[in-house]
Amino acid sequence: MEDLEDRINESQKMGMQIIKESDDDRLMTLSVGPQHPGSGHFRFVVKLDGDYIVHCDPDPGYVHRGEEKMTEYRNFIQNIPHLERPVIHDSTNITYSYSLAVEELTGIEVPRRGQFIRAIASELNRQVYTLYWLAIYGIFLGHSTMFMWPTGDRELFIDLLEALTGARVTHAFNIPGGVRNDVPNGFKDRCLRQISYYEKRLKEYEDIFYNNPLVRQRTEGVGILTKEDAIRLGVTGSVLRASGVPYDIRKAEPYDVYNEIDFKVQYMKTADSFARAYVPFLDMRESCHILRQLLDKMPEAGEVRAKLQANPRGPPGEAYRRVESGRGSLGYYIISDGTPKPYRVKISVGSFRNMLALPHLLVGAKMGDMPVIYWALNYWPVEADR
Amino acid sequence: MSSEADQNNNRNNNCMIISNEFNKNTIDTATTFSPPNSRQHLAVVSNSSSSSRPPSPPPARTVGPPGSSTALRTKEPEPPVFEKGIAGEISANFGQMVQIIFIKPLRIKVAVEPSNIIKVATFLRDNLGFDHAESVAGTDYPKEDQIEVIYHLGSYSREDLAGQVLSIATRTNRDDARLPTLINIYKSVEYHERETFEMLGVYFEGHPRNERFLLPEDWADIPPLRKEFRIKGR
Repeated sequence: MEDLEDRINESQKMGMQIIKESDDDRLMTLSVGPQHPGSGHFRFVVKLDGDYIVHCDPDPGYVHRGEEKMTEYRNFIQNIPHLERPVIHDSTNITYSYSLAVEELTGIEVPRRGQFIRAIASELNRQVYTLYWLAIYGIFLGHSTMFMWPTGDRELFIDLLEALTGARVTHAFNIPGGVRNDVPNGFKDRCLRQISYYEKRLKEYEDIFYNNPLVRQRTEGVGILTKEDAIRLGVTGSVLRASGVPYDIRKAEPYDVYNEIDFKVQYMKTADSFARAYVPFLDMRESCHILRQLLDKMPEAGEVRAKLQANPRGPPGEAYRRVESGRGSLGYYIISDGTPKPYRVKISVGSFRNMLALPHLLVGAKMGDMPVIYWALNYWPVEADR
Repeated sequence: MSSEADQNNNRNNNCMIISNEFNKNTIDTATTFSPPNSRQHLAVVSNSSSSSRPPSPPPARTVGPPGSSTALRTKEPEPPVFEKGIAGEISANFGQMVQIIFIKPLRIKVAVEPSNIIKVATFLRDNLGFDHAESVAGTDYPKEDQIEVIYHLGSYSREDLAGQVLSIATRTNRDDARLPTLINIYKSVEYHERETFEMLGVYFEGHPRNERFLLPEDWADIPPLRKEFRIKGR
């Protein structure tokens, strides 16, 4: 080393210009997405030092639709179909908290049977979303069976939701005051039968995927998000629960009938990518228990929605309501100025909040671990962009 | 460690500084942009003298004089005890600096002046245990010539606060919208504040990146969540 310094000094005395290698020359800047199949409609720019990521800069917005601005032009009911577009695979949950907030503003009471149907639909839809996410996680770990199985089993829940709501993916089912329509004949038996089948399948998922030594080797100990960091970064949903914080909106702030349901908040303390992938699975299993209870306790007959006036409106005010979606807390902050149209709607979504953990986890990780870390964050780009 | 690395990189990266400048310029033009409705613009100008008054409760925009809404809120049947205790603790520490807007089950809203927000937020984090921000929402009030920015704070570490959301609101002048950032107290506001900057043109002093985030790279219009921005054809 001294040798090199001496030679540089000598050369400089002779009037030669010596350029040393700077840090920037060693780094490679790589744009992941938005066309990259492993990133969704999302781009993040990473800087690589050899195989290691030393800098990460998320650049969302490729599917930004201006949902918040669009709400200001439509009344509370007209807003429902377009508000579910940010996350069509979980469309019941994203309209759930909207309906709760509008009900608080307008003072509409939901009939008890309507509350149960809402909860059932949202639990079914959470399964649909989580299965879709699990399929993607499987394929990006190179496990194509885990892509096929959840995609197939997801159809069962889509069929159930089709029977319930009339649409396969975008349901527009939750409305302020209840749900759009009552359950069809024989729905309860059909639902119970499919839950029983599904619980058997979940055991097989665990055997083939979560207990697979290759999957474990790739995910365990990768991307540690400590409990303190998780709280500081304000992450939510499965990312938070995988870091050892048992926090679930259904428990913390039970909405509708969830205070009558007995369930445990699923969480893990290992805080790595495996935990973040395993907590949604545990949630799915717990969700089956919740669904059984909901079907059991649902009143046999009764109204499913309150009678609405033509343009529901309430006194000027504001409401902030949250539900637990597939990606964590999903909140709506709505300000009403007394007209049938909202004055301002802010959607606070789990994906946007969990995005802050992405640079935190990727910096210092290997590029090869990027899909493992990124997809375990349960990130849905369209929802984050709104 | 990563956040330090991030900030260092931001500081060293010339590209980012340039784009920062660029954004500032676009915002300057944005604030001086005269809306198509000139009558509205005049109203805004005539109201601008009232910008120094303390923040008034937001829902009472059109109905009655300011203050009538707070009276209405306090008339609500028995505010819940626990929430009242938290609100009492805040007002005991800050007195007139903090204005309690409402106390509802699981929800408290307080309003503060921009100059006090860091002091109050530090107190909320260190003494009351509100450890993260769930969302930051900006709302434009052209009639009052103000922009309100509201932080929804929650707690993961205190179990009895799990369902509580404390919102802390502050207001800034619409023409020169500047607020101190809370990023040093709540790291979780980083992207939310950045979004508020680009959507409403509120410059957060001390935030490392007041930059474009969700909008297209070639966005050259006013911040879209300002009320004078109209969707084409509507």
